[in-house]
Amino acid sequence: MSLPAEPMQQKRPFWTMARRDAAAGYVFIAPQLVGIITFVLVPLGLVFWYSLHEWNVLASTFNYVGAANYQMLLADPNLPSVLLASAIFSVGLVILNMSLALLLAVLLDQKLRGLVVFRTLFFSPVVVSLVAWTIVWSFLLQNNGGINGMLAMLGIEGPNWLRTPTTALISVVVVQVFKNVGLNMVLFLAALQGVPKELYEAARVDGAGRFKQFRRITLPLISPTILLTSIITVVGSLQVFAQIAVLTQGGPGMSTTVLVYYLYQQAFQFHFFGYGSTLSILLFVIVAALTFAQWQLRKRIVFYEN
Amino acid sequence: MKTNHLKASAAIAGIVLGLAATGTAWAQDAVNLRMTIWSANEAHLATFNEIAEGFKATHPNVTVSFEPLPFDSYTTTLTTQIAGGNPPDLAWILETTAADFVNSGALAPLTDAFAATEGYDLADVTEQATALWTKDGQLFAYPFSTSPFAIFANNDVIKAAGAKTPAELIAAGEWNWDNAFATAATVGQSGKTGLVVRDFKYQVWQNMASIWNGWGATPWSADGKTCTFADQPMVDAMTAIHKAIFTDKAMPGPGEDIDFFAGETGMTITQISRASLLPTENPFDWDLVPLPAGPVGEYAVVGQAGVGAFAAGANVDTAVEFLAYMTNPENSQKLAQFFPPARASLLNAETLAATNPLLSAEQIDNVVISGISNGVVLPGHTNFAQIQQTIRASLDSLWVADADVAAVLGNVCSSVSPLLAR
Repeated sequence: MSLPAEPMQQKRPFWTMARRDAAAGYVFIAPQLVGIITFVLVPLGLVFWYSLHEWNVLASTFNYVGAANYQMLLADPNLPSVLLASAIFSVGLVILNMSLALLLAVLLDQKLRGLVVFRTLFFSPVVVSLVAWTIVWSFLLQNNGGINGMLAMLGIEGPNWLRTPTTALISVVVVQVFKNVGLNMVLFLAALQGVPKELYEAARVDGAGRFKQFRRITLPLISPTILLTSIITVVGSLQVFAQIAVLTQGGPGMSTTVLVYYLYQQAFQFHFFGYGSTLSILLFVIVAALTFAQWQLRKRIVFYEN
Repeated sequence: MKTNHLKASAAIAGIVLGLAATGTAWAQDAVNLRMTIWSANEAHLATFNEIAEGFKATHPNVTVSFEPLPFDSYTTTLTTQIAGGNPPDLAWILETTAADFVNSGALAPLTDAFAATEGYDLADVTEQATALWTKDGQLFAYPFSTSPFAIFANNDVIKAAGAKTPAELIAAGEWNWDNAFATAATVGQSGKTGLVVRDFKYQVWQNMASIWNGWGATPWSADGKTCTFADQPMVDAMTAIHKAIFTDKAMPGPGEDIDFFAGETGMTITQISRASLLPTENPFDWDLVPLPAGPVGEYAVVGQAGVGAFAAGANVDTAVEFLAYMTNPENSQKLAQFFPPARASLLNAETLAATNPLLSAEQIDNVVISGISNGVVLPGHTNFAQIQQTIRASLDSLWVADADVAAVLGNVCSSVSPLLAR
C-alpha cells in the first residue's frame, strides 16, 4: 500500500458552513418550536387521546371507550342548537366587525385635524382587559342598566337585553365587535394608506367616480388584508368564551351556548372530560376547515400586485 | 450514575420509611396538608390556622395550609385540580355536589377513624346532619356547617314604604307567604326592592327551595329518579313566585342584580352566616326572622357544607386525623361562631349566643336552632351540575311576564327526566 500519508488534510471538519448555518437556524427557531410542541402539539395529541376515553375525574377512572364519545357527539340533542348559535354568532360577528372596521378605516383615512384622537378612541378597547370590558357591559345591559336608562330618556322602553334569546345573542356579538373592531380598523387603515395615490389620480382622469374607485382600486389592493382580518376574525369568533361566561352563562335557554362554552360546561362543570375533549376535536376540525377554505379562496378573490 | 442515584434514593427512602414506622417525627417526613375552602374571610382563616397550630401539639411535623378558592367556580376549580393530578388533601364540599363526591369513591371513609379518636363522641353528631354525607353507613365528609335559610329584614325600608314588618306579622300570628309577599310588593311598588332571594340571580334555581318548600314542592322524588317539577305543589309555588315577580313587583326581575346589604331592599332570603355582611357604617334597623309559613304550614330549609379527605392523597391518614381533630367537640365549638354546628351538644342557646354576638337569644332560638332541627337540605343529586344547567335552561322561559307556568314546568321535566333516570 502506497497511499499518500495525508489523512489529516483529507478529513473534513464536522462543522461545515452548511451545518453551521443549519444549526444556527435550528437554534433560532428552537424557542418557538419548543413552545409549539409543548403548548400546541402535545396538548392536541393528548386531547385526541382523551377523546377516546371515558374519564371520571372524581372516581379517577380512565377507561378506553373507542369511538363512543364520537357516537355520543352525533346523537347529542343539544349539538344542533349549539352549532347554530355558534354559526349565527360567527357570521354576525364577522359581517358586523369587518364592515364596521372598513367603514371606520375609510372615514379615518383622511387628512383632517383631530383624526388621530378618533383613531386612538376606536383602538383603545383593544388594549382593555376583555373581562373588565365585558363586566362593564354587563352593567350597561342590565334591565335597569345604563342602556335602557338612556333609551327611557328618549321615551323608549328597551328590551331586557341579556334575558331575551334574540337580544342576548345580538348583545354578545355587539360587545365583541366594539371590543375588537379597532384592531381590524388599524389593519385596514394601514392597507388603505399603502394604496398608491397615483392610481386614484389615473382613475379620476379616466372619469371614475368615488364608488367606482373604491370598488375597482381600493378593494382589490387591500384584499390581502381583508383575507387576513377575515381569518383572524372567524377564528376569534369561534373561540368566544369570556363574554358568554360573564354576560349570559349560555342562556337564556341555550340561545348563547356556543361551541366553546358548551365544551367548557361538559368538561369543567359536568366533569365529562372525555366528551369535552371530543367537542374540542370538533372545534379544531371546524376551525381548520374554515381556515383552509379561506386560504383556498384567496386564489380567486385576493389580488396580489406582483 | 443513574443506578447509583436510584440506589441512594432507595436507601434514603428505606431509612425515612423506617423512621416513620417507628413514629419518630423527623424533618424528613414533614407533611404538608392542603385544604381548599371557599371563604376568604380573615376571621375564618384565623380560626382555621389556630386549629392547625393546635394539631401541631400532637403532630409537630404536620403543617396545614388553607387555600381559598372563589365560591362561584369552587367545584370547577377543585375538579380541575383533581384532573390535573394535584388534588388537595382536604376540601370543603357544597351540599349540591355531595352526592357526586360521596358516591364517586374519591373521598376517604371517616366513621372508623372518628370512632377511634379519643373524646370525639361521634354519637353527638346528629344523624339528620350527616345523612347527605353518608353512604352504606360510612361517613365520607363531615358537615361542618348546617346553616338555615332565614329572612333578613330592613325595617327602615319596610316602614318607610308603609308596610308591615315581619316582626309585626309574627306578633299578629300572620307570618305567612301571602303577607310576606304583600309586604315585599308594597316596598317594591314604592320604588325600592321588596324581596331578594340571595344568589338566585335567575340561575341558581335551587335556592328557590327556600320558598317552594312552603308549598311542599320538590324538584324530584326522594329516590331522585322521577321529576316532580310539574306536580301541583311546584306549579302552585312557582305561580305564586311568578306573580310576585311580574305582577306585584315584590321581587326584582331577571337581569336586576341587587344586594340587600347595601340597604335599599326590604327583605332577603339567605343563610344566617351572611349576618357578617350587615353594614357597620350607616347601619339600618335589621331583623332576622324564620321563613314564613307556606300553604303546608311552617317549614325550614338548610344549606350544608361538608369537609372531606381525598382517598388518593399521599397523606390520607394524616388528613383524616386532622379532620377528626378539627371537628372534635372542642374545635367544633370554635367553628360554631361562623358555622352552625352538627353536634347536638352545641345546639343550645347558650353556646350559640356566646359565639354569635350579632344575634339575639330570640333569633337564635327561632331561626338557628329550630331551623337546624327541622330543616330540609337544599336539593342535590348525582351529576348535579348537568341537571342544574339543564333545568336552568328550561326554566329560563318561565322568567317572562306572560309565561305559562304549568307548560314551562312540563318542559323542565321532559328535558331533565332522562338525566334523572340514569
